[in-house]
Parts: sequence; C-alpha cells; structure tokens
Amino acid sequence: MTLLSRRAAEQIVTESPPVRQNGRLRRLVTDNLTAYGFLCAALVVFAVFSWYPIVRGVLLSFQQVDFVNAPAWVGLDNFAKLVKDPLFLVAWRNTLYFTVLALVLGFAVPFATAVVLNELRHLRAYFRLLVYLPVMLPPVVAALLWKWLYDPGPGPFNSVLRIFGLPQPAWLDSTSTAMISLVLVSTWANMGSATLIYLAALQTIRGDLYEAAELDGAGLWQRLRHVTIPQTRFVLLILLLLQIVATMQVFTEPYILTGGGPEDSTVTVLLLLYRYAFVYNDFGTASALSLLLFLVLAAFSGLYLRLTRSES
Amino acid sequence: MTFSRTTRTLALIGVAAVCLAATACGSSPGDANGKVVISINGQPPKSQAFDRKIFDQDVAAFEKAHPTIDIQPHEGFMDPKTFNAKLASGKLEDVFYVYLTDPAQLIARHQAADITSYLPSVAHYQDIQPQLRDVFSDGKGKYYGVPTANYTMGLLYNRTLFTKAGLDPNKPPKTWDDVRAAAKKIAALGNNTVGYADYSKNNQGGWHFTAWMYAMGGDVAVRSGDTWKSDFNNDKGRAALTYLHQMRWDDNSMGSRQLLQIEDVQRMMGAGQLGMYLAAPDNVPVLVNQFKGNYADYGLAAMPGGQGTLVGGEGYMLNPKATPAKIKAGLTWLQWKFLNPDRIETNLRRYVADKQPVGLPVSPVTDIWTAGPVRDRQEQLKKANATVPVRNYQPYVDGVTALKQNVEPPNAQQVYAVLDNVMQAVLTNRDADINKLLADAQAKVDAIYAQAR
Repeated sequence: MTLLSRRAAEQIVTESPPVRQNGRLRRLVTDNLTAYGFLCAALVVFAVFSWYPIVRGVLLSFQQVDFVNAPAWVGLDNFAKLVKDPLFLVAWRNTLYFTVLALVLGFAVPFATAVVLNELRHLRAYFRLLVYLPVMLPPVVAALLWKWLYDPGPGPFNSVLRIFGLPQPAWLDSTSTAMISLVLVSTWANMGSATLIYLAALQTIRGDLYEAAELDGAGLWQRLRHVTIPQTRFVLLILLLLQIVATMQVFTEPYILTGGGPEDSTVTVLLLLYRYAFVYNDFGTASALSLLLFLVLAAFSGLYLRLTRSES
Repeated sequence: MTFSRTTRTLALIGVAAVCLAATACGSSPGDANGKVVISINGQPPKSQAFDRKIFDQDVAAFEKAHPTIDIQPHEGFMDPKTFNAKLASGKLEDVFYVYLTDPAQLIARHQAADITSYLPSVAHYQDIQPQLRDVFSDGKGKYYGVPTANYTMGLLYNRTLFTKAGLDPNKPPKTWDDVRAAAKKIAALGNNTVGYADYSKNNQGGWHFTAWMYAMGGDVAVRSGDTWKSDFNNDKGRAALTYLHQMRWDDNSMGSRQLLQIEDVQRMMGAGQLGMYLAAPDNVPVLVNQFKGNYADYGLAAMPGGQGTLVGGEGYMLNPKATPAKIKAGLTWLQWKFLNPDRIETNLRRYVADKQPVGLPVSPVTDIWTAGPVRDRQEQLKKANATVPVRNYQPYVDGVTALKQNVEPPNAQQVYAVLDNVMQAVLTNRDADINKLLADAQAKVDAIYAQAR
C-alpha cells in the first residue's frame, strides 16, 4: 500500500459518519450478548461465592460477631488475642515443620516415581493407575485406614516390625513421630496427582536429547541430571510452589488422626483456625488467623504468578 | 435471530430470579391459618427407626392436643459447625437443641431468647434439679433454656472380663486403687485386652480430666469475683494424673494405643477387649446397638472415690429472633414432650412393646428431676417395666446419690482443649512432668478466663 493510499484510507475511517460506528458497536454487543450473559453469570457466581466471603472474612477479622446484633468493630483485638494464645506460635511452627517434611517427601517421591514410570517399557498404564489410586480414596477414609495401620498394638506396621524384632515406634502417640506419621499419610494420599504431572512433563522431553546423551556415554544419573531435570525445571518449580501453598493448609490428617496431639505437637494453623471458629465460636479471631494465613499464602502465590509470567 | 437469543437470555435470568425469590419465600415459615408455626430440631435420623417413630408420633399427638400449634420438625441436633451460619441466615430453628456445655456461651453472645417471664407457666419446671436449671441462667436471674435430659458419669465395666480375670462382677471397684488393681488383672488376660481406657483427643480428654477432678473431690474452675479461675493445679489434680500415669506406664493396663476418643473406646468395649472406662449410662445402649454388644455383659458402678461426679446432658433453647407467640408455643412443646410426668408410663409402654431397653438409668425417662414425687413415680414405673438386667446397674444407682454432682466448667470446650494436652502427655509420655503440665495448663486456662467476653 502506498503512503497516499494509506492516508486516503485513514481519511475514510476518520470521516465515516458516527451513525455507522454506533451501529458497529451495537452489532458487537448484540452479537456477543449471550457470551456477555454467561460472563456476567460467572462473575456473579464468583462475586457471591468467592470474593464476597473473602471480603467478609477480612472485615470479620476486625469485628466481634454474634450473628444476632450488628457486628462490633474491635480494631486489632482479635489479632492481639491470637498473639497471646500460646498455641499461635506452636501452630505456625508445626505447620512449617509439616510443610518442610511434606516437601522433602512429597516433592522427591512423586518425581522419583515419575522417572521410574517414564522408564518403564511395559505395564506403564497399569502402574500409573496404581500410583493414582490413593487420590481416588476419600481423604477421611484414607486417614482412618492409616490410623489402623499405625495402631501401636495390633496394627500391621508394628506387627511386621515385631516379627523382625525391630523397634516399634508409637507412630501417632509420640511427639517425636506424630508429625512425620502425618506427612507419610499426606504424601501417600497426594503423590498420585503430582506423579502424573511430572510424568506428563517428562514425556514432553524430546527423545533425541536422551539419544544424544546416550551416544555421549551418559548413564541414568547423568541423563537425569543433564537432561531430565533441566527440561522439567519449570514444572518442578511450579509444583514446588503449589505444594507449599497446599501443605500449609493441612487439616484433615491432624484433625482425624491426632486431634492436634500429643501435647500439641500436630496442632496446625488450620486446626487452630477450626477450633476458634467451630469449637469456641469466635469467628472474629478465626478470621484474623485466616487473614494471616492468607497473607502468607498470597506471598507464595505472588511468587508463582511472577515465575509463570517470566517463563511465558 | 439475535433478538430471539436476547429474549432467551432475559427469560433465563427471569426464571432464575423467580426461582431465587421462591426459595427465599419458602424458607421462612410464619404464622399460617391462625396457627403458630414453630420449627424444632432434635428429630432423630431415619436410620434410628425406633427413635424416629417415637418422635414423629409425639409430634402428631402434640399437634392433635394443641390444634393452634403447627410443629415443623427438623432432623439433627446441635452442630457447632453450622449453628452460626443458620442463625445468621435466619435458618436456625425456633427451638434448638444444645449440650449443657453450650448455653453459657450462647447466653453471653445473645444467641438465645430470654424466657424468664414465660417460665412460671411451664408446669413442673420447678421440679427440675436446680443446678441443671442454672446451666441455662446468666447468673443474674434470667433464664434462656430448659434442660431436658442429663447424665451422671460413672464407671462402665465389662462383667464378662471381670469374671475371666477372677474379679467379682457384682462388686465393681469403689476406689481408684480398686480400679487400678482390677485394670491390672484384666490386662493380664493378654490378647490385646485393655484394663482401663480413657480419652485424650478432640476435647474429650479435657472432659474426662474434669470428671477425674470431680471424682477426687476437686474442681476445674472456681468463681473469682466476676470472673473464673482454674482450680486443678493442686494435689487433687496431681493425684488424678498420677493414677493415670501409673496405670499407663507402671501397670501397662491401658493398652499401647492412646489419643482415643469416645468411639474408639466404645468399639473396644463392644468388641469385648476393654475392662473399664468412665461413662454415662447412655453408653450402654450405644454399645449394644452400634457396637454389637450385649446388655448382660455390662455393669455400671458409681464414680470411684466416693467424692463427686460430673453431670452433663442436654436441653433446648429458643431462637433470639422468635416472636413471643413462638416462644410460648415452643415452651408448650418442651413441657409436653420432656417435662410431663403424666406421659412417663405411656413412654415406657411404647419402649417395652418395641423390645427397647427399659430400666437403664437413661432414656426414655431421664434423670432431670429433683427428689420428690415426680422422681419417685418415675423410678417406680421404671422398675415395674424393666427389660434389661437392672441389677447390673444397681451399684451405680445406689452410689450416685451420695456423690457431689458437678456441672461442667464455664468455657468448657476451650478449657477441655487445654486439658486434652495434659491427658495426652500423661498417656503418651513416660517421662511426663505432671507438675509442669498442670502449671502450663493453669496458665492457659486462666488466660482463657481472663479473655472471656
């Protein structure tokens, strides 16, 4: 297109009558009305069921409520009450301990399992299903199953250890082993999903990279170190962050298996939050605690967003 | 085409709006046809066929006798997880069930209606034990609910295991030393048999530690001016924990698995693997119905020690948003259903006809009455209609009246959460420092009472 003809075209556009522009806008709106309708519906659903509760939760953390009278603003009283609670720091410490243990196990085990599954030539689908099976079990059922496995008396774990004359841990009944026992349950229950994601990432790696590495004489460990890990680096990082966010919200395992014991060694932030809300009926303080947890998780989520943006 | 799509969208929105409006309208029963409509909960689930049938028959009989009142029964009992949401959304029943641990906090948060002015017209209200009535009081002369059932904790034991262990099942333990000795003999039977079990999880450990404190003649909290303070860091608290620690670690009579709660212990007892635990008489039907036990296997003794015992139970409160007419109708229902000595015999006969247990110191006629003609009449009728081996529970009945009856402490659930920890430490840690545990728990409980609002 020559310069002259482009100017002429621009002139036509700028000088076209406003009526025609309005018509195009109207057509744009009417043509997409159904789409906007669906969009509005989704927005309304999000607003009512997601955003409003979040906003209400933030407000509640500065209020004292009885759900009969109007909420009373109490400023930072709920946060002050939380900080004075001897369990507050214990819960955070336990949560971080759980998170670290869960990452060590929950990160490494699924990755190793995925690598092994990826190497399989036969029965891959069968083993994939086997690994994923625990995810399909309802969490409460899984926890109750493990409660039986851990039973220090007639429980299967200690029965086997007894046969070999090995020491039989108290599993859930000891402050030193209770948290690790919970992490094992959590890792077992959740590793299926992570394994499948890792496996999907592994299968995107080009075969010729492995062939080249093999031609250079690389063994399994070297292929893992120089091909697999660098190629899946992004997925590993994202899953690490998502796992941090998920494991910091641990609730089911301590609630069902230990109730926070023994001696508060498995009281997590969410378990403490649950107690404030549903045992003590103190929704203000429960909301204050949830706001604090939200801020911590938001920091990790921010990191996640930043990483995904920089990668894209 | 575009127009018709728009019309369809608008129509959809319209239908949704109408549905929402209809749902909103249908959710709030009001007064209809000159009748006062009241919603009540406490209706047993369909899985408990007999209890459900009795409840539904009662509703029908009540409505027939009171044509101006329409009862809308709702299944379920007190659920702390949904209580506030129901109250906030206007879905809380007009008459709602509570455990005796709940009223104090509900009153403090203005979540129950003041019924003081209505009580003079509630027949037999004054025949209820005063300490139970006081659970529903704010301590300043106002009342917010009606107790309808209570339990008194005792020692539930397995008569079959007692016999196997060479113990006389007709002479259950009377002191804590007796309990310890019996637990040792039962545990010695082997095969994972546990002599004595106790709870230590989900606030139930704190609840039972409180029962231990009362049994030692002590308390958990005492009033101090306008507020409360803890009262368990003393010799009685130490004695209670020392017994537990000795049974667990010196005698090895409490089994190796701890962090137990009520269902775990009931399962052990139902399976014939447990000798004793502290329980209210209402555990016996649960052991039989849910855990395949046998009435003849169980015996009940009064709380060991001869000092005191824990009294708990249930009652009903009224919605703070209920109208005076609904409050009046609700109290009429509660009086008719629960506080009506004229219905005791009818109730017993229905249980006997359906081969349900009668004669236990529990439902269908509860123990809320103070000494007097109502209680006497109830006891006579129960004896005459008994369908279970009443002699198995006679040690409980004989001993319980001599004990000091203590209701649960204020802010019970928060206090129990702290005391759970003490029980857990003693039962899971051989080297538990009892003095330190009690001192730490004291600081925490005092902090709870200091912050109570």
